[in-house]
Amino acid sequence: MASTSPAVGTPGHSPGRTVLDDTDISRALTRITHEILEKNRDAEGLVLLGIPTRGVHLAQRIAARMSEVEGRTITPGALDITMYRDDLRRGPVRSLEHTDIPDDVDGKTVVLVDDVLMSGRTIRAALDALADLGRPKAVQLAVLVDRGHRELPIRADFVGKNLPTSLAEKVKVRLEEIDEQTDSVTIEGGSE
Amino acid sequence: MTVIRQVRLLGEDVVDIAIEGGVITAVGTDLPTGDHDVVDGQGLIALPGLVDLHTHLREPGREDAETVRTGTMAAARGGFTCVHAMANTDPVADTAGVVEQVWRLGREAGYCDVQPVGAVTVGLAGEQLAELGAMADSAAGVRVFSDDGKCVSDAVLMRRALEYVKAFGGVIAQHAQEPRLTEGAQMNEGILSGELGLTGWPAAAEEAIVARDCVLAAHVGSRLHVCHLSTRGSVEIVRWAKSKGWDVTAEVTPHHLLLTDELVRSYDPIYKVNPPLRSADDVAAVREGLADGTIDIVATDHAPHPMEDKECEWNAAAFGMIGLETALSVVQQTMVDTGLLTWAQVADRMSTAPARIGRVADHGRPIAVGEPANVVLYDPAATRVVEPADTASLSRNTPYRGHELPGRVVATFLRGHATVLDGALTEGVPA
Amino acid sequence: MKHLLSAGDLTHEDALRILDTAEELLGVAKRPIKKLPTLRGRTVVNLFFEDSTRTRISFEAAAKRLSADVINFSAKGSSASKGEGLKDTALTLQAMGADAVVVRHHHSGAPHRLAHAEWTKGAVINAGDGTHEHPTQALLDAFTMRRHLNDGVGDLAGKNITIVGDVLHSRVARSNALLLHTLGAHVTLVAPPTLLPVGVEHWPVETSYDLDASLEKADAVMMLRVQRERMNASFFPSAREYSRRYGLDTARMNRLPEHAIVMHPGPMNRGMEISADVADSGRSVIVEQVTNGVAVRMAVLYLLVGGSTEGDTE
Repeated sequence: MASTSPAVGTPGHSPGRTVLDDTDISRALTRITHEILEKNRDAEGLVLLGIPTRGVHLAQRIAARMSEVEGRTITPGALDITMYRDDLRRGPVRSLEHTDIPDDVDGKTVVLVDDVLMSGRTIRAALDALADLGRPKAVQLAVLVDRGHRELPIRADFVGKNLPTSLAEKVKVRLEEIDEQTDSVTIEGGSE
Repeated sequence: MTVIRQVRLLGEDVVDIAIEGGVITAVGTDLPTGDHDVVDGQGLIALPGLVDLHTHLREPGREDAETVRTGTMAAARGGFTCVHAMANTDPVADTAGVVEQVWRLGREAGYCDVQPVGAVTVGLAGEQLAELGAMADSAAGVRVFSDDGKCVSDAVLMRRALEYVKAFGGVIAQHAQEPRLTEGAQMNEGILSGELGLTGWPAAAEEAIVARDCVLAAHVGSRLHVCHLSTRGSVEIVRWAKSKGWDVTAEVTPHHLLLTDELVRSYDPIYKVNPPLRSADDVAAVREGLADGTIDIVATDHAPHPMEDKECEWNAAAFGMIGLETALSVVQQTMVDTGLLTWAQVADRMSTAPARIGRVADHGRPIAVGEPANVVLYDPAATRVVEPADTASLSRNTPYRGHELPGRVVATFLRGHATVLDGALTEGVPA
Repeated sequence: MKHLLSAGDLTHEDALRILDTAEELLGVAKRPIKKLPTLRGRTVVNLFFEDSTRTRISFEAAAKRLSADVINFSAKGSSASKGEGLKDTALTLQAMGADAVVVRHHHSGAPHRLAHAEWTKGAVINAGDGTHEHPTQALLDAFTMRRHLNDGVGDLAGKNITIVGDVLHSRVARSNALLLHTLGAHVTLVAPPTLLPVGVEHWPVETSYDLDASLEKADAVMMLRVQRERMNASFFPSAREYSRRYGLDTARMNRLPEHAIVMHPGPMNRGMEISADVADSGRSVIVEQVTNGVAVRMAVLYLLVGGSTEGDTE
């Protein structure tokens, strides 16, 4: 929401508080990459699936780092969960995002990648979607930010940053691939 | 005795009109009112009682859609004092017995004179002439013959019918529709029929019959009347026939003066009618034709249908619209308010000329001393939004739902008796 | 978009959204579990007043792959052959809580009537009405063309599509002409003059009486079914003459550009509008059209009743 008029202290116009800058994000992703490899010994039998939209870009960055470490190309995929959402009837119909499964998931370890983990409902939908695609050996979850407020018994295996927030606050993740600005994670609103 | 005070005669001079014993006894200014019934005519215009040459009263056979009584009540509310009941009833009005029955039902109801139209062919089947002479000689005194709803398409049969009715001054009112060109036809053939995927009813199917019949009528020296003429081509053919001095007359319906085929886009069968609603150019042509006298009269083609015959898909629906109660308003809107006709000319197109074509003696007469007191009082300044339930007809299939129309019939006098007064039906005047 | 009644109601954006959604959903057919939970608890009624096994099965498969409850209502031969059936049937469906009603009817405009007479609250999808339209067929045709001619993305700008045959009686041709125009294609309708509708000169298409003239620049040729009965109504003199002048045989097919595809909405009259060799050739995408039909219909169902609908807010 680019505004040319001066913000007059209206809610939603606060630029927010930056909690992670581009260097922090890069460092967090590098750490997550190493943790994934460590936990799974190596990248053999791993399928990285990003959840659109930002999760896909994060998966691509992790895959790039992994390829460097492993010395071979690792292709990440994308898993759209729109058709599995539990809130479809609560609003106008949503457009689908692209699903791209690079490899058969049967017997593989799937690492789901998303930007923010909160209620856990997106991941619940992703697990359902995954079950319709095959039967992975294991499913792990990597997120850039875990802000709490879980509504389902779901936890992340790899977390870039734990970010305790109030429900009134909004966590915004910006990635240069789609947001056309420097990477950042900010907390907006919440003071009202 | 009734005195109508300060009414504008044919929309022109303000006069008083005195009526007694079913006859107009005085027309002038400041007539003495004494202790007579007085009707305040201020702001109203007086026209001779309207005559409809084309009405479907549905009785006998479809009393669920309309009866002679309800149809004539609707007619009175529309300012009519005489209607011609079309022959496509069940049984068909193709014998003296049926036409006399319809005629009697009209007299018993007492709202409007009912002049039955006789079928041209037995059962409207287009094969054998009905007993035209017997119907002419009956109490109903039939002079107009029509297979309306169907075209007398056989050229030989049409020729014979035209010839035969000369013996008693009859006229053949033709429903001009070439049957082979209109098999399964649903709407005007044009850009829209192609787009909507509805089978077209080409103008040529009307014009071909109109042209043929004009030539036939001239050849045998008889009278032809063209029902519900709807296309520019038909107007031009009739104009040409009249220029030759041939005895050809034609009618247009109010809906063909106002509505176009664009309405079919809704697929709402309320707009399904035969002949179909045509293009805007055809509407312009029939207005011009009515204005210059090429088209002699306005006739309603009032065609009641029960709800279930309209609340369905287009193809399955019945053709037809009701129109007695809206006819004069539509003519005002399309012809008077546009400057195409004066009220005196409206009196000609809706009373004098149809009475002359139908050979009805007591109707379509001038509002003058000694003439039968068939008079309608009309308020041209009123407006109303058409509400389908506000009708005396048993049917509700008006295409004008929600339209704002000008004018209102305030009173109708049939031989001096009010059938409508203050806009409301009276008890009628049963014979 | 509440209903899908005419291909002409779709904007460029609407059409692309449907095609893009279908592109995503095409993958579902290749998965071990060919089902999505999206329309669980939604009811889709297939209301068929006219037999069409292939269209009904396609919609049924689409609805079931989205986990909708499907009710097939075949009204042919029942009291519905009388006009009043449409209203009463609609009221019944409304009482059953139909979220979407897929209507096939032998009369033009019946789906339109169902949608606008307020007899049902559900989304109405036109699955072919009389000689009017068949919008989902046009969508699956466009989808198939886009996959072959534009790698499955974007629109069909600048593509030349030739549609041949009984345009007058074809709801497929009407819907295709409208949709392909919206998607930027140049459409040429080829037919004998008797089988072109009055007013076709006002359609956003070119017309031609000569099939051979339009072959060399065509990116896709769609052959329409021509019923032999038309011959009895003098639309053309004989099946042989029709086939010779307007049928697609190998010689004509060989004059198409290398990349051009041959389509047919089915069912085919082999030997009449299309020769068996052409129907079975590598250029024919006729079988693929069937597969794509399911994905396109899934997309339409999802986009119409996948979000909140009128019934949810009550």
